[in-house]
Amino acid sequence: MSKDHVLILGAKSDMAMAIAHRFAKAGHPIQLAARDVQSLETARTDIAVRYDVDATVHEFDALATDSHAKFAASLDPLPQIVICAVGYMGEQSQNEANPQEAVTVMRSNFEGPASILGVFANHFEQRGSGVLVGISSVAGNRGRATNYVYGSAKAGFTAFLSGLRNRLAKKNVHVLTVLPGFVATKMTEGLDLPEKLTAQPGEVGDAVFDAVRKGRNVIYVRKIWFVIMAIITNIPERIFKKLSI
Amino acid sequence: MTVSGWGRYPVLSAQVNAPRDLAALQRHIAAGNAIARGNGRAYGDSAISETNTISTRHFNHMCAFDRETGQLVAEAGVLLRDIIESFLPRGWFPYVTPGTKFVTLGGMLAADVHGKNHHKDGSFAECVDWIDLIDGSGAITRCSRTENPDLFGWTIGGMGLTGVIVRAAIRLRPVESSWIRQRTLPASDLDHAIDLFEASLDATYSVAWIDCLQRGKGLGRSLVMLGEHAPVAELGDRQRVAPLAYAQKRKKTVPLDFPGWSLNRYSVQAFNKLYYWKGRRTPRETLVDWDSYFYPLDAILGWNKIYGRRGFAQFQCAIPLDQSRAGMRALIEAISAAGAGSFLSVLKRFGAQQSPFSFPMEGYTLSLDFPVNAQTLALMEQLDKVTLDHGGRFYLAKDSRMSRDTFAKSEPRLEQFIAQREKLHATPAFQSAQSERLGL
Repeated sequence: MSKDHVLILGAKSDMAMAIAHRFAKAGHPIQLAARDVQSLETARTDIAVRYDVDATVHEFDALATDSHAKFAASLDPLPQIVICAVGYMGEQSQNEANPQEAVTVMRSNFEGPASILGVFANHFEQRGSGVLVGISSVAGNRGRATNYVYGSAKAGFTAFLSGLRNRLAKKNVHVLTVLPGFVATKMTEGLDLPEKLTAQPGEVGDAVFDAVRKGRNVIYVRKIWFVIMAIITNIPERIFKKLSI
Repeated sequence: MTVSGWGRYPVLSAQVNAPRDLAALQRHIAAGNAIARGNGRAYGDSAISETNTISTRHFNHMCAFDRETGQLVAEAGVLLRDIIESFLPRGWFPYVTPGTKFVTLGGMLAADVHGKNHHKDGSFAECVDWIDLIDGSGAITRCSRTENPDLFGWTIGGMGLTGVIVRAAIRLRPVESSWIRQRTLPASDLDHAIDLFEASLDATYSVAWIDCLQRGKGLGRSLVMLGEHAPVAELGDRQRVAPLAYAQKRKKTVPLDFPGWSLNRYSVQAFNKLYYWKGRRTPRETLVDWDSYFYPLDAILGWNKIYGRRGFAQFQCAIPLDQSRAGMRALIEAISAAGAGSFLSVLKRFGAQQSPFSFPMEGYTLSLDFPVNAQTLALMEQLDKVTLDHGGRFYLAKDSRMSRDTFAKSEPRLEQFIAQREKLHATPAFQSAQSERLGL
């Protein structure tokens, strides 16, 4: 029996690539989608050669929301599993100084991802099957001074995924929310991250793959993040507002 | 950051960059004194440049595979483990493999690695069709046996000193199963071991574990292990279900550094006794899975920690055939007299040299490792001398402590290599801590 097609949105990131590899390793055909699709050719060939699976590339712009319906319709076949790894952290200082920059961060982490998953949600609901995976962030669990623009957009995305899961639970469509915590990727290169809290991209790949198979709802990649976030979200606001964490 | 090789000696402070694309790679190379670093499995300082170490870890894509010929095109940072994982289930195995699968393609080319089949199939050079190399000018040059043959020849075994390998085409070997039929032959002393090797030249794989602490009559007692890829017809019912299974055993990890004294004459002697005794009693023919056969140490992740915090040094030399018996005897006598515990001592028959600067030569090779301390460093210098006295030479991928003088005496090819480097504009573009130490 041939395996389900897996679509990776925002395929250029290290995390997205690790997830793609994990599914390809299990024999799934892979559809890679991102902007400037030509730059994905090396990665596409690698997946095809390495795992002996079909791998294709698809031009996709998360911010061009008016193109999303057309994009989904253009996929042949319509994938069974859609993983949205679209995201853009930006610089908090830039986001504060320049509202337009903040808008881009918000659109990249909430509007774009929510829009495209909304489109697939309708397709999957109609078909009566499918899995939607959203890579959100622990930054969305509580707004902090150091990255609240990014965090607020992720919070919106997390809420969107939760609502989508609720809506589709009876329609045989599963929704998985992934909260990776720190991950050693190109995005965090140069940041001084604590080793024990920092996952390798491969761990994210394994975690997402296992969670999809087991039908999990919300996962933290490293369990310690569940504890950390439980503490952070429970600090009373009058104390929290004075902290710098 | 601080960097060291697999032996964790020496530890150097070095500037390490990991470019993500070709343009960035070329920019780093242009800064000069560059050396490429793969997975850091050379034992010493071969892949460290204090000012410009370039990690190839982002150049880890496979580019093409031809299922008719078994030719794989891949970037230099691809791990051998990944090659096996991808292609063994499809019936292909590396043509030549070193004793660990955690090496990169680029590293295998640079060291022109050898395996247990060297006497029969040659070194890694044998399976290389072409290489794309960034030379001192920053340009990418394709080289092969017919196209830029000098560059091709000196790059394989050139320890990264001719340029940075970007990608290469290698041929894999078709296999019917992932199992090896192993025969174990006990040898009561060194001469017996060498006789067994000479009588087994048509075996695909041959290697001997050798007890370097035995003195007198049993000096050099060994277990000679021969191996063949097992065809499906020779498999048991259980293996025949999935003859090409990749399945790996559970890995064990060495959690922390062993204290420096844990490897000594007595512990190693006890181990050797037990191992030899066990080897003599196991059935002479057994089926062994590929991972245990080729990579027994890979099953213990971080095994380099058993040598303690100060690290360890490898000693590997090759001695020409006509001097092999005398040379090996002299080496083992020196080791057993010193009573230095080498946990892993391996003896192997080599075939002829492949590439102009390859380490192997027709003869025998002995490889040993020692925890680093004053006594073992002195012993290794003594072993250097014995090797020189018998016309031998040294394996640069394992070296971390040889003197420039010893190296020069062992290498009649040195001048030619330096001249080639000049001609290729590779000096001072490419340089490692090792090349500086040895005057390469």
